[in-house]
Amino acid sequence: MSEHRIDVTINGRRQQTTVEGRKTLSDFLRIDAGYTGVHVGCEHGVCGACTVIVDGLAVRSCLMLAVQADGSAITTVEGLAPVDGSLHPVQQAMRDEHALQCGFCTPGVVMTFAALTSGPDKPDAEGLLDALSGHVCRCTGYQGIRRAARKLASDGGTERS
Amino acid sequence: MKPAPFDYYAPKTVDEACALLAEAGGGATVLAGGQTLLPLLALRMSQPFILVDINRIASLKGVSRANGATRIGPILRQNEAIADTTLRQTLPVLVTATQHVGHHQTRNRGTVGGSIALGEPAAELPATAVALGASVEARSVRGVRRIRAEDLYLGPYATSLEPDELITSIEFPDGPADAIPVFREVAQRPGDFALIGLVGSLAFDSGRISRAGLAWFGMGPTPMKARQAEQALIGQSLAGLDVRAIAELAVADTEPFDDRHASAEYRRTVGRRIFARTLSDALDVRNAA
Repeated sequence: MSEHRIDVTINGRRQQTTVEGRKTLSDFLRIDAGYTGVHVGCEHGVCGACTVIVDGLAVRSCLMLAVQADGSAITTVEGLAPVDGSLHPVQQAMRDEHALQCGFCTPGVVMTFAALTSGPDKPDAEGLLDALSGHVCRCTGYQGIRRAARKLASDGGTERS
Repeated sequence: MKPAPFDYYAPKTVDEACALLAEAGGGATVLAGGQTLLPLLALRMSQPFILVDINRIASLKGVSRANGATRIGPILRQNEAIADTTLRQTLPVLVTATQHVGHHQTRNRGTVGGSIALGEPAAELPATAVALGASVEARSVRGVRRIRAEDLYLGPYATSLEPDELITSIEFPDGPADAIPVFREVAQRPGDFALIGLVGSLAFDSGRISRAGLAWFGMGPTPMKARQAEQALIGQSLAGLDVRAIAELAVADTEPFDDRHASAEYRRTVGRRIFARTLSDALDVRNAA
């Protein structure tokens, strides 16, 4: 068993702390750092609910050790909305399209869409829908989420469903 | 579940990593992208004493060209491979195959070398390495050796790598410039492991097939090279090619199994059909060119 110093920036706040080698990033974010918007569903990389953004990329936080995030910038769903109380464009699109029911999978889906639509190379609807395959939603039948994805796509959702 | 306790090391050099693996005497596991290892740890199907994280070793990154081959650093992320301009030019089949590995989110962490080192029989990249005649460089404190991909796989998740060896590069030899890529996968959902998959390339010389490299995934305990079909294809002209007979030869080199997703017979039946269809498509591409 080994303990390690890590230095990470979560939602813009720098934190220096110590973690056990075996602690997953998802447990670190939830339990140590208090970002409970990181939802842990399956805990072995199947459901996608724990997806966060690490150095600009959407990753499953249960499939990464906290110690591996040393030196990284992490964004969780808590870090998306601006402080003025408005919503991030992805959150707004999800809301407008009624893209959630129980909401358990939602933070993961939102982080994937946020990672893919924030850069200069915004994917088309097909790209976003392909990335959505990395998330399991047991309530919605995905139709609302797919409408939100199309709205967020670079081609404005011209792809047929 | 949570992983069982282990000691974690993140060496900065290959030498340090090899020293750790040698010292551990088989009790260590290499962590590359972790997209298969972390689930195995969480489910406690794997309980190493020591985890050697190779993600901080700069020399294991990147793509380079040398001596008529493309050399890939094992910790190249799968999504980096898909976007790499050199790979898109020299190894379009590898790029296509990598697009079928897992999901966007796992490809952001998962590595080309990790998938090749693991040897999941239904995975795309081990079969691609076998089909295209790739080899891996394996390093340990005892020295360096090169293992051909077709000699690497012994069974499901079992390779000829010794416990103290680390893959330090994967080398794909250049095929003919006008080779036609072959890739077909049947899976229940995008991102799932393949039930049946076929990958490789075909090259032509004055209207005849001059080189054929083809391998199956999901069709046996390891990637299965379609040796008899490859040999039967060499020298054939396009007109009058008996696609069905060659498809029959191609599945003769497989050892598919029954599992809860598909029976062996289903895999053979679909295998014959996708082989015939894929070959016909490749010939159409050739005819159109």
